[in-house]
Amino acid sequence: MIPNNFEYFAPTSIDEAVKLLEKHGDDCKILSGGHSLIPALKLRLAAPAVVLDIGRIKELKQIKIDGNTIRIGANATHSEIANSAELKQHCPLLGETAAQIGDQQVRNRGTLGGSLTHADPAADWPAAMLALNAEIVVRSGKGERVIKAADFFVDIMTSAVQPHEIVTEIRVPKPAQPNAAVYLKVPQSASGYAVVGVAAQLKINNGQCEDVSIGVTGLAPKAFRAKSVEDALRGKALDEGTVSAATAKADADASDAMEDIHASGDYRRHLARVYAKRAVQTAASRA
Amino acid sequence: MSFLAKYIGQKVKRTEDPRLIQGLGHYVDDIKLADTLHVAILRSPYAHAKINSINVEGAKQAPGVMAVYTGNDVEGKVGYVPCAAALPELKVPKYPVLAQGKVIFVGQPVAAVVATDKYKARDAVDLIEVDYDPLDVVTDPERAAKPDCPVIHEEFGTNVAFVHSAGTGDLEAAFKQADKIVSQRLNHPRLAPIALETRGVLAQYFPGEQQMNLWSSTQIPHLMRTQVAIMLGIPENKLRVVAPEVGGGFGSKLNVYAEEALLGWISMQLHKPVKWIETRRENMAATIHGRAQVGTVDVAVKNDGTLLGLKYNVTADVGAYHQLLTPAIPTLTGLMLSGAYKIPAISMTCTGVFTNKMSTDAYRGAGRPEATYLIERIMDRIAQELKMDPVELRRKNFPQPSEFPFGTATGLFYDSGDYDKALNKALEIVDYKKLREEQKAARAQGRLMGIGVSTYVEICAIGPSAATPAGGWESATVRVEPTGKVTVLTGISPHGQGEETSFAQIVADMLGVDLNDVLVIHGDTSIVQYGIGTFGSRGIAIGGTAIAMATEKVVAKARKLAAHMIGADEEGITFENGKFVGSPTDKAVTLQEVALSAHVAHNIPTDFEPGLVATHFFEPKNFTFPFGTHICVVELDKDTGDVKILRYVAVDDCGKQINPLLVAGQVHGGIAQGLAQALYEEVVYDENGQLLTGELMDYAVPKAHQLPRYECDHTETPTDVNPLGVKGVGEAGTIGSTPAIANAVIDALGPFGVQHIDLPLRPEKLWRAMNN
Repeated sequence: MIPNNFEYFAPTSIDEAVKLLEKHGDDCKILSGGHSLIPALKLRLAAPAVVLDIGRIKELKQIKIDGNTIRIGANATHSEIANSAELKQHCPLLGETAAQIGDQQVRNRGTLGGSLTHADPAADWPAAMLALNAEIVVRSGKGERVIKAADFFVDIMTSAVQPHEIVTEIRVPKPAQPNAAVYLKVPQSASGYAVVGVAAQLKINNGQCEDVSIGVTGLAPKAFRAKSVEDALRGKALDEGTVSAATAKADADASDAMEDIHASGDYRRHLARVYAKRAVQTAASRA
Repeated sequence: MSFLAKYIGQKVKRTEDPRLIQGLGHYVDDIKLADTLHVAILRSPYAHAKINSINVEGAKQAPGVMAVYTGNDVEGKVGYVPCAAALPELKVPKYPVLAQGKVIFVGQPVAAVVATDKYKARDAVDLIEVDYDPLDVVTDPERAAKPDCPVIHEEFGTNVAFVHSAGTGDLEAAFKQADKIVSQRLNHPRLAPIALETRGVLAQYFPGEQQMNLWSSTQIPHLMRTQVAIMLGIPENKLRVVAPEVGGGFGSKLNVYAEEALLGWISMQLHKPVKWIETRRENMAATIHGRAQVGTVDVAVKNDGTLLGLKYNVTADVGAYHQLLTPAIPTLTGLMLSGAYKIPAISMTCTGVFTNKMSTDAYRGAGRPEATYLIERIMDRIAQELKMDPVELRRKNFPQPSEFPFGTATGLFYDSGDYDKALNKALEIVDYKKLREEQKAARAQGRLMGIGVSTYVEICAIGPSAATPAGGWESATVRVEPTGKVTVLTGISPHGQGEETSFAQIVADMLGVDLNDVLVIHGDTSIVQYGIGTFGSRGIAIGGTAIAMATEKVVAKARKLAAHMIGADEEGITFENGKFVGSPTDKAVTLQEVALSAHVAHNIPTDFEPGLVATHFFEPKNFTFPFGTHICVVELDKDTGDVKILRYVAVDDCGKQINPLLVAGQVHGGIAQGLAQALYEEVVYDENGQLLTGELMDYAVPKAHQLPRYECDHTETPTDVNPLGVKGVGEAGTIGSTPAIANAVIDALGPFGVQHIDLPLRPEKLWRAMNN
């Protein structure tokens, strides 16, 4: 890597990191797993004056179950999440998503907080975060702020995190039926990012869909909740006809459809419908 | 050649691997010389633009910067990037090492910054100001040939670099007699070779001796020495080129690039070592690409499937300039148009055109994958038209084993072959009859299963000299040192193939010594006699043969001294397992004893030259023609177009195998690249000549999880082209696999009446084919 020159700090506590951010936030990038930042530095698409390496902050690493809330430190790696027995028990969708990110080397370094903050529209985590109604906790000199996943992804490569803020924790409400969930994706053949990815979390009662939340990534400039699909499923029996009709609206809530050399917008919309259907059916079958 | 085969034919593990796996190898970037300066290169952001001015003052003032050079500085001082291929009326534009007056592809070197470290060099690149006037861009090769298209090299008044015709036979009669003419337009996508190690150069000039060391990640150290010496105007014997550990090439390092001469020249200016290591982004933009042909094939055929004639009209995308062998690549396509079939009349017309893109040149297979893909694809189209089984159509047109050497209408003589045998073996492994029944059943259930067959033949062992621009032979020196250790100097330049192992196997068996007693040295022009290098699957067939012949000379010489030592007649001496045994005396001396005696030279015959060394330059009398059958079984997801490979069977015949483990490695890697060509890979430029696949986030190099389990087997049909009976296997997997996969996918789309889809067969294309 031959990046521009930058000053490097490696704080060991959140407080220390917040202080450094107050001082350098306007021209500072936080280095977590480095899987988004380092390529950007390498290509000189990012040229911050200061790089703040948060890898030594132990409090950002923990994964714990706190009553009805799952709390994951921003610096937990995809691998740690994929391999957590506790998460597997209380919310398997997290591990299932983590296991589909990049390759093993990427998963060993990349982190949940880093991925979310980068807000890549084809990243896997946003779909799961939306489907799980997660909250993202950020800290700054002004204190703590909790952002709902639905408000977190602002635009392409833009999250709600402000320059002087650091993501500290991701809070996920324990799903009522943890197994009634799935993340399915079409990986882009070169990068492994999602051409389209769909995460679904269901709650099924007496064969009826009591609740459902579906997050879609890869299709639009930002990940979104497929509300039209959810509305068409809620309170219904998940028979083939209902699911087909509902998931035919999987792209209805997309602000726009991305196009690139890997897939056209039309094809992405189509994949979202196919994968939403598969996701709902798979999640239902796991209930 | 008679000897006990202890190592030959065995799955000997690569002796190279322990050092490579432990990170102990030395690639160009691992070579650290004191006081080395680092070079960063400013490259053109435009595909076609006039350079009005370049301001380097800011860069020159930057910290650590020692010098900044532009096209003006090197004009008249450094020769042009060479093209060694010759064709009648070939237009060869002058290709300066730094752009002069204009740039004609994205990534073209414009200026070079030299600084005390690579970071400072790179920082200063951003301080160079270039004033460009963008010009009209030509990216579509077929448009490039049209008269109203903007011209890239004004001096020629046209973008047509060459028109090459090949083939013989009465095509007109063939098409007149035909019951049917089957035509298909096909595109061979532009591909990037993507060696794991990018290019890199380290140049060290000694002003006192007026000599230069040049380390480069190359497949052809000697050819490079000749070319770079000419470019720099220094005597060839004062330039030492070293290819240290080289991390793959796939043809991309069978070349002489601007950076090699540029770095050499800079070292001559500054009297310091200078280093440049290519970044992956530079590698994508400014290391040669491969394939990039688009054309139409027409085949005249009888209703019973007999092939009568084949015509291929094609446009080859040269790119902005010729690199070393650019115009020669499509000529290899022309040579291989007969495939594994008897076709009495063949003609190819190939128009090579300049476009505002990186040059194309040899990429694994180099022109032959194009031929194999088009003929294997058209065979399936013919079978479709005639409602014949594609296997039966192929079989019907095979030359029989008794017909070899088999002469083609393209002027080749295939050395040996038994195409039925390899085909039958593959059919048996895959259980073809049952598969077709399964396919019927699957279709009845609405599932999209496809079976693809490719019965390829390819051309290897390139040489002979008459067919290559700069010699097609190979050299070897075999030396038994005073202690009996054996040193082999080969002109072959392995860069991942494992020939330090396979060459040692040959020598160890022939001399009856331990494998670990044989050291194979390559890639250093000051140690190794002139050689040609590694490309065109020539390592074993030509380089290995040269080594075997040099070893024979060593044995013959040692036999003379052994006879003297044991007081026996030379003719009666047997040499086995490292021992010379006399007859009838029964006295024996070991090779080690003979070697010591040859060096000490206290007791040698009067006509005996001291030492125990021999050199052989082997000139092959023909190419070799390996062949085989690849069969692929796929199932498509009818909702998404996603391709799932269910089976992959490869039966390859590369003649005798020196090391089956290395053969399998070559076949596996080759299939991976051929499969990726079929399904994933494509270099994409937009209409402005901007490279959209500029990094591995967008250019799909195949990953393990994208590859199927390979079911590999082989047949063995020896060749008499060389005494080892070997044919070569470096490119077979790449050549044979692409059409097998394409045929399988298109076969799966049979229920939709699909005839052809261009590569890469990305899911969206397949989905569209199902929904149109």
